[in-house]
Amino acid sequence: MPRIEFNQDLCKGCGLCLSACPQRLIQLRKNRLNDKGFHPAYVEQADRCAGCGVCATICPDLVIKVWR
Amino acid sequence: MKAVFKRTDGLLNVPMHYCPGCTHGILHRLIAEAMCELDILHRTIGVSSVGCTYNNYEYFACDMVQAAHGRAPAVATGVKRVHPSKSVFTYQGDGDLAAIGTAEIIHAAARGEKISVFFANNAIYGMTSGQMAPTTLIGQVTATSPFGRDPDTQGHPINVSEMIATLPGAVYVERVSLHDYRHIVQAQKAIRKAFQVQEAGLGFSLVEVLSTCPTNWGMDPKSSMDWVAEAMIRQYPLGLFRDPKLEERK
Ligand SMILES: Cc1ncc(C[n+]2csc(CCOP(=O)(O)OP(=O)(O)O)c2C)c(N)n1
Ligand code: SF4
Ligand SMILES: [Mg+2]
Repeated sequence: MPRIEFNQDLCKGCGLCLSACPQRLIQLRKNRLNDKGFHPAYVEQADRCAGCGVCATICPDLVIKVWR
Repeated sequence: MKAVFKRTDGLLNVPMHYCPGCTHGILHRLIAEAMCELDILHRTIGVSSVGCTYNNYEYFACDMVQAAHGRAPAVATGVKRVHPSKSVFTYQGDGDLAAIGTAEIIHAAARGEKISVFFANNAIYGMTSGQMAPTTLIGQVTATSPFGRDPDTQGHPINVSEMIATLPGAVYVERVSLHDYRHIVQAQKAIRKAFQVQEAGLGFSLVEVLSTCPTNWGMDPKSSMDWVAEAMIRQYPLGLFRDPKLEERK
C-alpha cells in the first residue's frame, strides 16, 4: 500500500497540496501550530492515498515523501 | 515499496526562507533534481543573483558564487571560461535579469556563452516589497503602479525569451510555467535540457519560468497559481523559441 509522510516542521501551510491532490485527501491541521507558527498539512485518510506524488511535486518546501 | 518522491541530494538539508506558496522553492528543487539526474552535481557551479533568492548558495548542494545585481551572466561567463569542464548556471529574477541586468543577459547570449540561465519571472520585484518590474503586466497593480501599469507612462512588458531568441548565440530558449503539476513536469524537462545543451557544448541556454509572488501580488498561493494560468500566460506564451534540433534542420 502506498505510504505518504509529511515533515510537518518544514510545512508553511500554503495549501497548494490541498487543491493539487486529485482525491482531496489533504487538510491543514487547524488545532496545531508547528515551530514556524504555521498550520501544517497532513493526510486524514492515508489508506485512500494512491501514492501519485502530485502533492509532493507542487510543494515548494519539500515537505512530502511518497512511497509506492 | 520504493520511494517515488523524496528529498533530492541536490539541495542541502536546510529549510528555505521563501514565503508560503512561493514557487522559488519548486524551481530550486527542479534545478537540484536535474543536476542529480544528469550526475553533474559535483561539477556544477551556480551563480546566485540579487532578489529573494540572493542567498540560494545556502540551499544548492553544488558550488555557488554570488553576483552583484544583474551581473550573474557576466560572472558565469568568467567561471565557465576558467572552468570549461564545469556546468555553470545562473538563477535570476525578472528584476535582476530584465532591469538592472539587461546588458549582461543580452551580451552573454549574443556571445553564445556556454552557460544555462534559469530565469524566474514573477512580474514583480519580490524582495524589495513589490515594485513594478519591466515584466509587470499592463494593468497590474504594484507598489509603484498603484493604479495598474499604464503603458503610456510606464512602458510595455518585456518578453525576454522572444527577445533573446533573436540572437544566434542563444541555441536553446524555452518558456515554461510552474502553476500546476503538468506544467511543473514540463518545466523539469526544460531545465534538464538546458544543462544537456550546455554539456554538449552547443551554446547559450535560457529557460524562463513563470513564477509567483503571492506576498507582493496580495493573493493566496492557489489564486497566484491561477493568475499565472489566466493572466501571465496571455502576455508570456509558453513554448520553445530556440531549439538546437530545429537549428540543425535549417
Ligand atoms: C545595485 C542594486 N540596486 C538595487 C538593489 C535593490 N534590489 C534588491 S532585489 C531587487 C529586485 C529583485 O527582483 P527580482 O529579480 O524580480 O527577484 P524576486 O525577488 O522577485 O525573486 C532590487 C531592485 C540592489 N540590491 N542592488
Ligand atoms: S516576496 Fe515574493 S518572490 Fe520573495 S519569497 Fe516572498 S513570495 Fe517569493
Ligand atoms: Mg521578480
